[in-house]
Amino acid sequence: MRAPRLLSFALLLIGAAVVLLPFYWMVSLSFKAPDEIFTPTLDLWPNALRWQNYAAALSRTNLLLYLWNGTVVCAGILVFQLLFAVPCAYALAQRRFRGRTLVFGLILAGLLVPFHVTAIPLFLGLARFGLIDTYAALIVPFIASVFGMFLFRQAFAVMPAALFDAARVDGLSEFQIVWRIAFPLALPAATAFGIFSVVAHWNDLFWPLIATTSPDLATPPRGILYFRDRESGDDVGPLMAAAVLVVAPMVVGFLMAQRAFIRGIAAGGLKG
Amino acid sequence: MIELRNLSRHYGATRVLDGVSLTLEPGRFTALLGPSGCGKSTLLRLVAGLDRPSTGQILFDGRDVAQESPSERNVAMVFQAYALYPHLTVAQNIALPLAMRRLGRLGRSPLGALSPAVRRTRATLARDVRAVAELLEIVPLLARKPAQLSGGQQQRVALARALVRDPSVFLLDEPLSNLDARLRIQMRAELVALHRRTGHTFLYVTHDQAEAMAMAERIAVMLDGRIAQVGSPRALYERPATCDVAGFIGAHPINLIPGPPEGGLPPALASGQPAPERPLVVGLRPEHLTPAADGPVQGRLDRVAFQGDVQVLGLRLEADGTPLRATAPPDWPAPDAGSAVRLGYRPEHLHLFDAAHGTRIANPGEESSCA
Ligand SMILES: Nc1ncnc2c1ncn2[C@@H]1O[C@H](COP(=O)(O)OP(=O)(O)OP(=O)(O)O)[C@@H](O)[C@H]1O
Ligand SMILES: [Mg+2]
Repeated sequence: MRAPRLLSFALLLIGAAVVLLPFYWMVSLSFKAPDEIFTPTLDLWPNALRWQNYAAALSRTNLLLYLWNGTVVCAGILVFQLLFAVPCAYALAQRRFRGRTLVFGLILAGLLVPFHVTAIPLFLGLARFGLIDTYAALIVPFIASVFGMFLFRQAFAVMPAALFDAARVDGLSEFQIVWRIAFPLALPAATAFGIFSVVAHWNDLFWPLIATTSPDLATPPRGILYFRDRESGDDVGPLMAAAVLVVAPMVVGFLMAQRAFIRGIAAGGLKG
Repeated sequence: MIELRNLSRHYGATRVLDGVSLTLEPGRFTALLGPSGCGKSTLLRLVAGLDRPSTGQILFDGRDVAQESPSERNVAMVFQAYALYPHLTVAQNIALPLAMRRLGRLGRSPLGALSPAVRRTRATLARDVRAVAELLEIVPLLARKPAQLSGGQQQRVALARALVRDPSVFLLDEPLSNLDARLRIQMRAELVALHRRTGHTFLYVTHDQAEAMAMAERIAVMLDGRIAQVGSPRALYERPATCDVAGFIGAHPINLIPGPPEGGLPPALASGQPAPERPLVVGLRPEHLTPAADGPVQGRLDRVAFQGDVQVLGLRLEADGTPLRATAPPDWPAPDAGSAVRLGYRPEHLHLFDAAHGTRIANPGEESSCA
């Protein structure tokens, strides 16, 4: 009984180390001076906590602007995704209408289509409306999330229909039921969805590279790209500091929402 | 007054309700009684406006409400599983229907606190919530979430949420079915008292005939999607309109004994009274069939169940072995199983039904009017 437990514990530790090592390395490098970085020996620990790399990262490029852009884009995407996915999922789960199974089937099919397939039609469409190289170009393609509709539908489908009937008797309209009853009850699923959505779009490089060219609209990953290409190609320290600054909001956010996130994944029947 | 006219509801090919007509008089406590799956909840949802009838009309005070939503009909409903909002406190659960009615969009938002008129409305709202909470004795629970309540407490909250308004009708869907037997009896009395105090129209769904008999002024018996009989508890018990109603009403299941094919009473029961000369089924309640030294019915005892206030006897007719149920007073000295027992009954307690249709035939002993 004890030996298998120890073994699985050891395996978990090794797995965690493999996953965390690059992150650790990034943080460690971000505190090192240049001569400390390029040494023949491997020093896991910086000699001292030096903040110059961070100062350099913030002063040499417009990193704060990139972080702001990332925040605007991710918030915009998430708000619109919820605005569309939640009522749609409610209708799919709790309303009877003709073609309901067909619509749900289409949504499931939509889950299978990789975004990259739709990138060129989307680009052409946005170009026709003159939206290329705007915030809108970064937000609009993602506002209808089939994944969100699916996740919320699963959450709403297991809620007792009598709850919504009670709300109708109490005088709530269907939209009020969605936002005052169904959505608060699906909060774990919403947290899970929020994390998936924000992480995916915060880290996305593919679409911002296609849809925007102006440096003022760069999101953090594109910002890091500039940073490296332009001035500090060899300056690993500030680059790592910038990477830490870009990743930090995600890590902090995830740690805060962790509990609700894991409950939401369990509720949605997904394996993380 | 609420009138249901010839309501039908089918799902695909299955007919759940089939021509239901019923009138709910204002201020009356009407029970809708029927076995599980006969369509009671379906009918209640039609009255509430949560579902639309396939055919038929629903009139509230003479106005057709086909196009009206539940809140326009102003119904209050207590659901079979209570359906409290899990994310709201008890106080918020009770206040929600009032808030939806009395406060506008602004008033329900946090900004509403800035307006004196909204603040006044909110204060009366809180007072109303408190008053109904006092009525149902749930004041100490107001700050809790539904998950922190027992079944009986949840049921009170569900009642409070319905009672806090001034609705046109109360619809209650087996509200006591999740409670233990003792609490159920206590809640019966409280609900009846509540009805008396509020004077509202109640439509109370149940599958428990004892509950309907104990609480209701009028009972509508529903069997297989049709209303089989409507009447006072006494009328249903004393003059059941069909075999099926007779079988459904009464604490001990009624004996239904087929007569001979050429008509008249079954010879094993008969004690010489006149009877219609056509094929009959005779109903005789166990509580009306009791041991009597010179009784006309000869049976053989199978078993005796002592129930405190009464002993329930299982017998077979000596003549043809038909099983019968009878009752005896608790102090009756029960003989061993297998002994012969003579039983008697009063002729006016016989219920005669037409063998082909199951409909009641007036007993020669009673005047033919039916209530
Ligand atoms: N949405 C539906 N689709 C198909 N059949 C349904 C639907 N809703 C109810 N039924 C059927 O209608 C019949 C009556 O259901 P209903 O819920 O009204 O019964 P009930 O009398 O309330 O029973 P219970 O005492 O068990 O609550 C049942 O046979 C049920 O299977
Ligand atoms: Mg029911």
